[in-house]
Amino acid sequence: MTVTDPAASGTSPAPASGSTEAHPTMDITLHVWRQAPGTEGKMVTYVEEAKDISPDMSFLEMLDIVNERLIAKGEEPIAFEHDCREGICGSCGMMINGQAHGPERGTATCQLHMRKFRDGDEIFVEPWRARAFPVLRDLVVDRQALDTIVAAGGYITAPTGSAPDGNLIPVPKEVSDAAMDAAACIGCGACVAACPNSAAQLFTSAKLEHLNLLPQGQAERYKRTQAMVDTMEQFFGSCTMHGECQEACPKEISIDFIAYMNRDYVKAQFKNRKLAGQQ
Amino acid sequence: MIGELNSHAPGGPIEDRWTQHKFDMKLVAPNNRRKFDVIIVGSGLAGASAAATLGEQGYNVKVFTYHDSPRRAHSIAAQGGINAAKNYKSDGDSVFRLFYDTVKGGDFRSRESNVYRLAEESVNIIDQSVAQGVPFAREYGGLLDNRSFGGAQVSRTFYARGQTGQQLLLGAYQQMMHQVALGTVKLYTRTEMLDLVVKDGVACGIVVRDMVTGQVTSHSSHAVLLGTGGYGNVFYLSTNAKYSNATAAWRAHRRGALFANPCYTQIHPTCIPASDEFQSKLTLMSESLRNDGRIWVPVDPDDQRSPDKIPESERDYFLERKYPSFGNLVPRDVASRNAKTAVDQGKGVGPLKNGVYLDFAAAIARVGEDTIRERYGNLFDMYERITDENPYKVPMRIYPAVHYTMGGLWVDYNLMSNVPGLFVLGEANFSDHGANRLGASALMQGLADGYFVISYTLANYLAGLLGTPPVPTDDPAFAQAETAVGDTVARLLSINGTRSVDHFHRELGKIMWEHCGMARNQAGLEKALAEIPALREEFWKDVRVLGGSSLNQSLEKATRVADFFELGELMVRDALHREESCGGHFREESQTDEGEALRDDDRFAYVGAWEWMGKGSEPTLHQEALEFDYVKLTQRSYK
Repeated sequence: MTVTDPAASGTSPAPASGSTEAHPTMDITLHVWRQAPGTEGKMVTYVEEAKDISPDMSFLEMLDIVNERLIAKGEEPIAFEHDCREGICGSCGMMINGQAHGPERGTATCQLHMRKFRDGDEIFVEPWRARAFPVLRDLVVDRQALDTIVAAGGYITAPTGSAPDGNLIPVPKEVSDAAMDAAACIGCGACVAACPNSAAQLFTSAKLEHLNLLPQGQAERYKRTQAMVDTMEQFFGSCTMHGECQEACPKEISIDFIAYMNRDYVKAQFKNRKLAGQQ
Repeated sequence: MIGELNSHAPGGPIEDRWTQHKFDMKLVAPNNRRKFDVIIVGSGLAGASAAATLGEQGYNVKVFTYHDSPRRAHSIAAQGGINAAKNYKSDGDSVFRLFYDTVKGGDFRSRESNVYRLAEESVNIIDQSVAQGVPFAREYGGLLDNRSFGGAQVSRTFYARGQTGQQLLLGAYQQMMHQVALGTVKLYTRTEMLDLVVKDGVACGIVVRDMVTGQVTSHSSHAVLLGTGGYGNVFYLSTNAKYSNATAAWRAHRRGALFANPCYTQIHPTCIPASDEFQSKLTLMSESLRNDGRIWVPVDPDDQRSPDKIPESERDYFLERKYPSFGNLVPRDVASRNAKTAVDQGKGVGPLKNGVYLDFAAAIARVGEDTIRERYGNLFDMYERITDENPYKVPMRIYPAVHYTMGGLWVDYNLMSNVPGLFVLGEANFSDHGANRLGASALMQGLADGYFVISYTLANYLAGLLGTPPVPTDDPAFAQAETAVGDTVARLLSINGTRSVDHFHRELGKIMWEHCGMARNQAGLEKALAEIPALREEFWKDVRVLGGSSLNQSLEKATRVADFFELGELMVRDALHREESCGGHFREESQTDEGEALRDDDRFAYVGAWEWMGKGSEPTLHQEALEFDYVKLTQRSYK
């Protein structure tokens, strides 16, 4: 069996096939954060490995190519999270030139394409930067704290089998749309990484207000609010309204939800002290 | 060793079977449930909904996922919607019609009893999801909205923009995380199942690898539930997520679980065509687009004009022409094959001539750009990001891609495999979609299995084990499995060959797509059956996995690709033996004069379930005959 994969051909990479004429390939200089478990990390520069990149590649496909070339040279590939590569699973995420998910607005790293860069560009790639997201290896971080916030109250208690008919609970379209805007959060953690305080207000408010806006979510509204916000504060910094989170969010979730969350949190201080019947 | 396969499907009138069966099954009393340990592998729709439900009922549940968070399972990427026989549109839908459409859509290769139960439970899924806060699309009056999908003439699909899978998964995930907080469900993230442990013929636990530390450990339980999804990544290029794999199911197969209908692969018609050699995956555009998009190619293969310059008279709307009653909404297998035919005739569009147009100009003229944006905005944005073309202005280009696998581990009506104690849910089992799955039915099946079926059938199994402790993890059966897993990992790390895992995976994918893809024939399948073992041998001699056992993504890939080699060979074998065309399996030797798929019910109206006979030995085929009492066996027609 012959080696047909141009990427695996070693230190002198073959040019990208097919589209060479229509789209000239690009050479980039890549600086990547490399960190093995239990060691201090450092930036490593790749020049040869990042040559002849097709502009039609996604950013992650570019990293795939770099990795294939590293493997061919006998060097360990760069570890990075990815899975669906359709911008919905929330696995991927890295700081690209200091911006969470890179330069394209409303776009997760996997949907960012190399045509957004130019031939000769230098690109700096780092993991999410936040104390709550410790680095596991290279660009892979641990985001379990986000799941902990959800476990604290990010649900509507509806045991299987106990639900009434779906149309017994009319939800005005505007309300459903607003809830969906919040529910679109993919839990990638870009909001935390982009925040100078490493705050998780945008994530938490999106998870919270998705449920708080809906009629089904009213019974547990204030209990949920207090539990999720208090849990969030155990892990993450405070919000000082820089708005960086909204800019970085691949789903363009609005910081309006943070305002709703703050409103609900203030109310919760009173509501949670009263008897349920008075709410 | 394995006798005739017994589906344990109940008899009697089909509409009473599930109700009667639920009453006939044994129960586990609430105070006894905490005495049972249940392992669930996978946290997608099937796994998460089962975990939430069983946790609520009081069982001790452990959930394992290789993701960093259970919410990342690939169910999240399902776009279009979920079917339910609510008949909210009063357009003639009913449980029986959903059942009928699904059996017919599956090309008469599914089990009637299972499908009827699926249709019955579909309505409960919508209710359950609404109660959890899933933000389904609404009418202005606040009631639930529907749209239509391929293979149906009613509007029964519920949706949440183009993110229905995401929202349903988050609903199940949130319900499960509630149980995690309450302590009934224990969650193991970044932990991969690498073996099933079977003692005295009964499933008693699993061996897992901590993907961060590399540590291999055992977990025992009274029952093991696999909700580990499909195996489309055998093809390398597919719409599956990059981590999606068949390892859990395959290891169970190697421990005795039968693998049913492995050749039934669904090739989804509406994906973005590949653009270059480096493509790492294919992206699906929801089938719902076919509600408003019209599929066409130029009549003249040499037509170089841009699509808007090609007049109506020189366009071939081939689906509307050939199938006037279903038009662009024919089932997926039919739409895919017709796109392939057009491209094979040289009429493909785009720079590589490897796609067909999906045109929204007529819909935009009819309802306006804003309405189209409301319906499909996120899909259009995604298309533009990937292709750099604006689908509001120029037609999308689409081409079929591997999407879903109807085959999977064989299960009976109770979702239990032939290995007692091993249950299989969702896409990982074979049971409900026959040879072709209708759009918006995967979410329905995953959630029906997890929320509404398994809690009954698992109780029926566990009731007989009351008072029996689980097999301890220091039992030799666990030690042996742990050693085997450790040996495989050590071997992969020590080969230190010259070619990467991805290289081998891509090569395997090419063989599979060429010979076991949209159309198959005997010569090609026999060729594949020779090529795959040869390539597998090279893999085990020449693969290069650098690094150690702690967080090593090449190692993770290597264990999965090793299993894909064996599974790929079984798929080819199954495709070779099934000398008929049905659903997603199109055998070129078996077609009508018009080029439509030709089934052979006399010879092949059965489930083909394969038994692993050991490395290097040919697997043994077992058959479960399929009977159709309610939907008359007919050649499908969507004309």
